[in-house]
Amino acid sequence: MAQFTLPKNSKYTEGKAWPKPSASGNVQEFRIYRWNPDDGANPRIDTYYVDRDDCGPMVLDALIWIKNNVDSTLTFRRSCREGICGSCAMNIMGKNTLACTLGMDDCDGDTIKIYPLPHMPVLKDLVPDLTSFFAQHAAIEPWLQTETAEPETEWRQTPEERSKLDGLYECILCACCTTSCPSYWWNGDRFLGPAALLQAYRWLIDSRDESTGERLDNLHDPFRLYRCHTIMNCANTCPKGLNPAKAIAEIKKMMVARAV
Amino acid sequence: MADNRADTRVSMRTPLARVKGLGASGHGVEHWWIHRMTAVSNVPLIVAFVIIVAALAGSDYPQALAIISHPLTAIILILAVISVANHMRLGMQIIIEDYVHDKGLKIAALIANNFYAVIIAVACLYAILKVSLARILV
Repeated sequence: MAQFTLPKNSKYTEGKAWPKPSASGNVQEFRIYRWNPDDGANPRIDTYYVDRDDCGPMVLDALIWIKNNVDSTLTFRRSCREGICGSCAMNIMGKNTLACTLGMDDCDGDTIKIYPLPHMPVLKDLVPDLTSFFAQHAAIEPWLQTETAEPETEWRQTPEERSKLDGLYECILCACCTTSCPSYWWNGDRFLGPAALLQAYRWLIDSRDESTGERLDNLHDPFRLYRCHTIMNCANTCPKGLNPAKAIAEIKKMMVARAV
Repeated sequence: MADNRADTRVSMRTPLARVKGLGASGHGVEHWWIHRMTAVSNVPLIVAFVIIVAALAGSDYPQALAIISHPLTAIILILAVISVANHMRLGMQIIIEDYVHDKGLKIAALIANNFYAVIIAVACLYAILKVSLARILV
């Protein structure tokens, strides 16, 4: 059956409360998920205090401030710090988003709570194992496929055909949508998930691609595609404001269009 | 979620091999399409069903027989049973596939679901035909 409670070794305990920064009235409290694969202990929730006067405005700034000033063992992914690489996706205040584009002032409540992306194996602290997620992206063959002899210059498309890729090409594969999807939680080994399906649609709707039929064949499966029940968590959580649920609905319409 | 982390003690298959699994089964669109179609047909049929049941309220057997033996009433009831039972079967199958992950239990649940829907539908159809044709068949 689907798992509704955490397994025994995933239940978290109260962790360490790290010291408050001295000589500052402007302090922000953080409660952050910690898990170390090497110590054999259950995950714990540590409490940190960040000096807002010494720190940038974003949640990622605070994480970097903690790593530099309080606890160098706090582990998380980050790279571009401007919402284009998708590395710092995590669950902040109960919502999957990018730590770099979420301001501390935009978090409701006195304490900012941070967990790794839900329902993925954790490697350490806030770092989930995304191997399967990226394999699912690779499985939809995200590249232009053609049989016609390659033109001397570029493959051409009209401005209207190009505009169909808007709202799709912006996806940065941060995994916020896929890990927010209950269908992916229960059947993530067979359901491709919203991110991979949005990418699949991005190639299905590309006027230059000549493998549309094969791409649809590849998705025509009760689990790969039809585990989507339009729950819409994906569209709610996407930090780039995209709508994977709509892309999946369009794929389902294409499936019907070629069947009836 | 089934844990598909690369645990090399259990399996050394590549992530792509695990994700591709047994391949796309090549069905699903019929299930989806018929589920939608029966959802649409359920709307007028359920409304008509409720009206018929309301009309039957308080009537004795000969009166009920007069209502149900009208061809239009009988046909609407038969269509409602077929549409609703199909919709129920398809919807329940989705729920089983979502939540039941044990292989044996899943097959058993899918079989039970199909049997249940067919038995319920046939029992209803038999009852409708028996009542509606009672005066002819005596």
